[in-house]
Amino acid sequence: MPEPGSNRMPETGAFFQRDRTWHPPVLTPDYKTSVLRSPQKALLAFDNTASELTGPVFGHAMLGELDNDLIHNFARPGESAIGERIIVYGRVLDERGKGVPGALLEFWQANSGGRYRHKKDGYLAPLDPNFGGCGRTITGEDGGYAFRTVKPGPYPWPNGPNDWRPSHIHFSIFGHAFAQRLITQMYFEGDPLIWHCPIVRGIRDKPAIETLIAVLDMQATIPMDARAYKFDIVLRGRRASLFENRPEGN
Amino acid sequence: MTQSLDRLKESPSQTAGPYVHIGLTPNFCGIGGVYPADLGASMVNDKTKGERIGLEIRVLDGTGTPLRDALIEIWQADANGLYNSPAELRGAADPDFPRWGRCPSDMETGLCTFQTIKPGRVPFRDGRLMAPHVSLWIVARGINIGLHTRLYFSDEAKANAEDPILARIEHPVRVPTLIAERKGDSYIFDVHLQGEKETVFFDS
Repeated sequence: MPEPGSNRMPETGAFFQRDRTWHPPVLTPDYKTSVLRSPQKALLAFDNTASELTGPVFGHAMLGELDNDLIHNFARPGESAIGERIIVYGRVLDERGKGVPGALLEFWQANSGGRYRHKKDGYLAPLDPNFGGCGRTITGEDGGYAFRTVKPGPYPWPNGPNDWRPSHIHFSIFGHAFAQRLITQMYFEGDPLIWHCPIVRGIRDKPAIETLIAVLDMQATIPMDARAYKFDIVLRGRRASLFENRPEGN
Repeated sequence: MTQSLDRLKESPSQTAGPYVHIGLTPNFCGIGGVYPADLGASMVNDKTKGERIGLEIRVLDGTGTPLRDALIEIWQADANGLYNSPAELRGAADPDFPRWGRCPSDMETGLCTFQTIKPGRVPFRDGRLMAPHVSLWIVARGINIGLHTRLYFSDEAKANAEDPILARIEHPVRVPTLIAERKGDSYIFDVHLQGEKETVFFDS
């Protein structure tokens, strides 16, 4: 069955293996919570079965009108969130460079002062009565997405005695398969806190960290309204079916 | 010099952090009015085919303390062993069992509870049947990359004995870490992140 709105057949091949030297390892002691929450035994590796090659798909029909507008989706009528108005946009691609259509993106963040709307966040910076901090969207046919928000502020956290998270937006991404499931964080170009952060520095390669830093795009900026940041996300790609040595299914 | 493989690298994972609920289950953490309901909160309806079961899952850290800020997603086949996914080519899955499930840990007890159905058997790559199982994906503060594992069922001993994935586990003593114990209509499953009873996690 072709994908909705597409003349392509769905791909069903196995995925490239994850490069776990590119991702952060499970144990990164400078990020203290990882010490007791990291498996110590080796992972069990096997080629994808149907259980990993399939995954839930979400239709655009589930989206509300303001789901991709964090400035307004929690605000009282006629009001808006306080902070630097920005647009975040980009594409979801696979490792072969192809756009991933129909990918559900969910994002969450602190307000412009670095305070989360969560009962476990005790930071003394105030809540913004017009800002909830969650949004979602689904990529179009070319894998493109966009949402509107305010730039989140940095905030302190109880790790080292004086650790501050850089400004960041959390992203959760569904591709087409459970094997592609990914959560990551987006950072902002030029933020000096990025290079101090133990969560960021869990990623060992600087070029890998740089792929999580969104770039300011003055061409996409809306004059007198909002600046724009571009952030592309790459999910695991499927191996091209060259020669299969084992039949699938029956 | 050689030609470049010209392939992109997957975006590196980062922890979901302690406030994952804001984005994935906003109603659960008191952010009302943005979405009508939290995604993945309900998996079955009156017409769903199959045996109704509950899953009661906890995630425990290296001291045996339950995580109270984890989030678990589950993905499974329908009662006939078919997945509701465009990549399912073997047939049409039960339209009344359309979704995967998502549940945050209870902020006091750490318990994640799912109401679902017992999945049917799904073929392995070579056609042999795998035992009924539910795929789990676990994220939390302190977990840098989402952990994949499976839940198998204690009352499927024969199927479990011939399961190709369980058979790949080198140390048989670790197989029980993937098997949930039946209690009434529910299955109890503790995921140990590290230590002697450490659950088998997958790279697949």
